[in-house]
Formats: sequence, structure tokens, C-alpha cells
Amino acid sequence: MYEKNGEKYFVVDGHLHYWNAAPDNWVAGQEQYAKGWIDCFYGYMGLGPPDTHWPIEKFQKYSQDDLMRDVFESGHVDVAIFQPTYLLEWYKEGFNTTERNSLMGEKHPGRFVYNTRWDPRDGDEGLKTLQRNVERFGSKGVKLYTAEWNNTSRGWKLTDPGAYRYLAACQDLGVKNIHVHKGPTIWPLDKDAFDVSDVDHAATDFPELNFIVEHVGLPRIEDFCFMAVQEPNVYAGLAVVIGGLMHARPRFFAKVMGELLFWLGEDKLLFGSDYAIWEPKWQVEGFVDWDYPDGEEFSDYPALSAAGKKKILGLNAAKLYGIEVPAEFRVPVQAGAPAAAESAKLVTEA
Amino acid sequence: MITSLSVEPTGAALAALATVRDPELDEPITSLGFVVACSVSAGGHAQVRLRLPTYFCAPNFAYLMVADAYDAVSAADGVGSAEVVLEDHFAAGAINGGVAARSGFVASFDGEAVSELHQLRADFLRKAVMAGTDQVCRPLLSAGREPAELHSLTLGELPASAALDRLRRRRAELGLAAGDDSPLVIDPRTGAAVGSEGLPLHLRRARTTRVSIEANAGICSGLLRRRYATPGLGEEDK
Repeated sequence: MYEKNGEKYFVVDGHLHYWNAAPDNWVAGQEQYAKGWIDCFYGYMGLGPPDTHWPIEKFQKYSQDDLMRDVFESGHVDVAIFQPTYLLEWYKEGFNTTERNSLMGEKHPGRFVYNTRWDPRDGDEGLKTLQRNVERFGSKGVKLYTAEWNNTSRGWKLTDPGAYRYLAACQDLGVKNIHVHKGPTIWPLDKDAFDVSDVDHAATDFPELNFIVEHVGLPRIEDFCFMAVQEPNVYAGLAVVIGGLMHARPRFFAKVMGELLFWLGEDKLLFGSDYAIWEPKWQVEGFVDWDYPDGEEFSDYPALSAAGKKKILGLNAAKLYGIEVPAEFRVPVQAGAPAAAESAKLVTEA
Repeated sequence: MITSLSVEPTGAALAALATVRDPELDEPITSLGFVVACSVSAGGHAQVRLRLPTYFCAPNFAYLMVADAYDAVSAADGVGSAEVVLEDHFAAGAINGGVAARSGFVASFDGEAVSELHQLRADFLRKAVMAGTDQVCRPLLSAGREPAELHSLTLGELPASAALDRLRRRRAELGLAAGDDSPLVIDPRTGAAVGSEGLPLHLRRARTTRVSIEANAGICSGLLRRRYATPGLGEEDK
């Protein structure tokens, strides 16, 4: 929890990792991709405050103690949701698997939520694995990475027929939260890999599921906003928005937050640190202190109150995952509509 | 033969590279810092090296930049042949080989692509038109104009500005009306003028598109700076 100016925040970190990307885990012959991936992540860490940067060796492989200290002891987080990314083509034991993440929780019950994953290209075998993982880890959510490489394939879409079988299975298994992360590749490669229109279709066809688009669809924030405003079961994961912009590009951060609050509203945004890319401490503290800069260009964006920040930092995710929040941290339920009444008007005109 | 009127060939090649844009960010690859090296030999052979903010930048956009750079430099004064090499990228082999052989995107990514990239390029030009619409319209709105008033304005009625020139060029590239008597606010998909009732939403979308592109550019430039210590050629001209 975090307390500032008499306000108490229950913090759910909706997006973090416990990975091993050190050379001992690189697949022979695929070293350039394994190295390229973690170097790319390391570049993102550079967008945070300099005193939070790590040496690359620690970034490739950090300890359970590092995570517990950075996330819970100093990072203000109450409950953390693991979002696995397997990348078995490049990392021998996977980059950040459900199994590896679960090692953390055995020692720290109640602290972690284990999302698992699936890949429609794994067919019937993958469906069985999904069911096993849900039974074993109690998963209520999955993290999907559509740019994952699988043999010669460079990616997939949620609207692929194979993916619909898995979404139906999620509905049957009670896996309600579908976190979608777009990446740079897809099949076919001539299409925009970051396009979110497949999420639009899936969200319409599976109304009982929640679709949390990670990194707010970056680099397609506009497409994401125009889609999400029409789908009641679509949410935005703020990982990378806070970590990548709040310190490095504060004016762009304010504009992106303004757009998200305008199109989606404060009930649809979920905090995620993306640890170990960035530690949660500075993100939580900075976000609680955050307000729009002065200036005409920010003047008509919806305001964000302490109550709104409480929702974004934890209450929204707690609701999606059924996490019990002590009474002192809750806020009165009322909103539900997008922050700006004006936006509702614009949408009906669309 | 190089005449006394010609720009020195390396300068001409670099100027040609400044006409090449990142299709997603809608900025020249020079000012984005993507050009590492550019030289033209006495015999007219140009050698260009390019770089990107990450190892995993999307391969389709990377291909477009390398191919466009090849075409632009090949056409520069004093250049007889050109070699353009993208460095430090997961698909550099396929891209560099495909561009050098002029084999197109589909052949360069055997089995992984079904079409060339014209559609992708047009989609992002339309985004650039939306963002450019905000750049031109925001000052008008700030000066007190109502959104609905903008539907009767034509491009020729606006004060001259770099943003207006840029919007005209992007529209022209898409084959959309860009002359003085063309409506200011158009649907970039159809070219039709946006009516007064649709204007508030259209302008709102234009603004969001601009914010998205600018935020992406902010992240990309931050990543590039972390990845490479030295500035790119032409980056200081930004």
C-alpha cells in the first residue's frame, strides 16, 4: 500500500515478470534473438530515472530477493499479477513461464496472481496444457503475445479460427481476463502487426471475457482508443505508458493519459510496472503526484482525482481478479461512464 | 560527368536521404537519427548505413525505409550505384538482400508475406493526414473558432505555415485534393469533405492520432539514444 496526503492506495501491479534471459538460458543457434530481445527490454529501462537503472547482468537474471524487495518492500505493491511470455524458440526454459513464476509464490502465498498463456498454433495439445495450467496455478487470466515466433511462423491474430477455440476454452474454464500484447511481427508480415482490430472482433464475440490490451496498444494508441470506446469489456494496461513516458517524456505522458481518460475513462485503466523493466516504486509515487502540466493543450482533458488514481493503481484490477480490498482503500462506486460526458456524445454521433 | 552546378555527391546523397521518412513516425530518417553513414566514391558508388531504435523494430516498416533510401540515393546527382545496409536488426539479412536484389517484400520474406507494402504505406499516410489535420486546426480552435465552423474553410483560406505545407504534401501523396480550393477537413479514406455534424468527432480523432504518433516518436528517440551514443547524420538539422 502507499499513503500520501492522507489518501491510501491499494496497489495491484497488473503486469510484472520473473524472467531468466541470461546466456545460460539461450537456445543454441538462436542466441542473437535471445540477446536482441533482452537488449531491447534493457533499452526501455533507460527511459526511467537514471538512479533506477541496473547493470545488464542483473537485468538479464535477477533474484527472487530482488523482486520481493523492489516490488513489495520498497515498491508499495500489495498484489502482483505475473504476465508470462514464453519465447521457447529463443530461451531454453522459456523467458518467463507460469512454472517459473509460480516458484515465487510458493514462498509468498497471497502475494501473486499467476496468469498463464496459450498459443493457437499449439493446437489440441496446447488446449490440454491450458487446462492443466489453470488447475495447477489457479489462473484467472492469460497473457497472449501475438508476435511470438513458433517454428517458421512469425505471429497470429485473435481472429484466427484456432484462437477462437482457445477463447471458448477460457470462457469454459473461468479464465476471464485476456491480456493481449501486440509485437512487431505477425502473419502475414505485410500487415500492421500492432493492429488491434482482431481484439475488437474477439471482444464482441466473447462478451463474458475481459480484454486488457497491454501497453494501451502502443504504438497504435489511436486505433486502440477508437476501438475500446465501443467495447464495454475492453481495458487498457498502462505498462510502458507510465514507465516509458512519465519520466522521459512528461508532456507526452500527460497527453496520452488525457486521451485514455477521454476515450476510456478511469474505470478501464490498469496500472502495471512491467518489472523488471522498471521498478514500481518511482512509478507509483510519481503517478500519485502526477497532474497535467499548465498549458492550453492540456486544458480540456478530463481531470484525474485521488479516487481515480486509486482505481487505476489497484481497484480496477482487484475487481477483474476478485482480489479482496480492505475497506480503508476502497472508493465509493458510482462512475462507470467514460470520464468526459462529451465523449459519450461524440460516440453516439459516430 | 559532374558539372560545376552539381552539389557534391555525398551531400546530394544525404539530401536524398532527408526525403525518406519513417512511415510510422512521419519524420525524415535523417532527423530521427537513423542514418549512421553516407558516402559516395569518386566512381559514383554510394554507401549508406542505417540503424533503428531496437533490434526488433517492425520488419515491414524497416524494409520500406531501406528500400526508399535505396531509391532516393540511387537517383541523387553523381550517384551511379548504391548500397544501403540496415545494421543491428533481426531481419537485416532478409531486408538488405531483398533491397539490393530489388526483389520486393514478398520475395524477401519467403512464405511470411502475401502482398507488397503499398496498402501499409497508404494506411500510415492517412494517419499522417489525420495528425496533420490536428496540427493545422488546433491553432484555429485555440484562437476561438468553433469546430463546426471549420467545415466551410478551404486550404487557401488558411495562413501559410509549415504544418499546412506538410498536410498538402501528404494529401497529394495519397491522391487527395490539396489545392487552394480544397476543403480543409476531409476523410482521408474517401477524400470527401467532413460535414459540420461529423467535425467534432473527426477533429477529436485527429488529435488522438497526433498524440499517438508523437508519443511513439518520443519513445523511439529515447530508445535510439540509449542504444547508440553518437548522433546520426543530419540529426542535428532537426
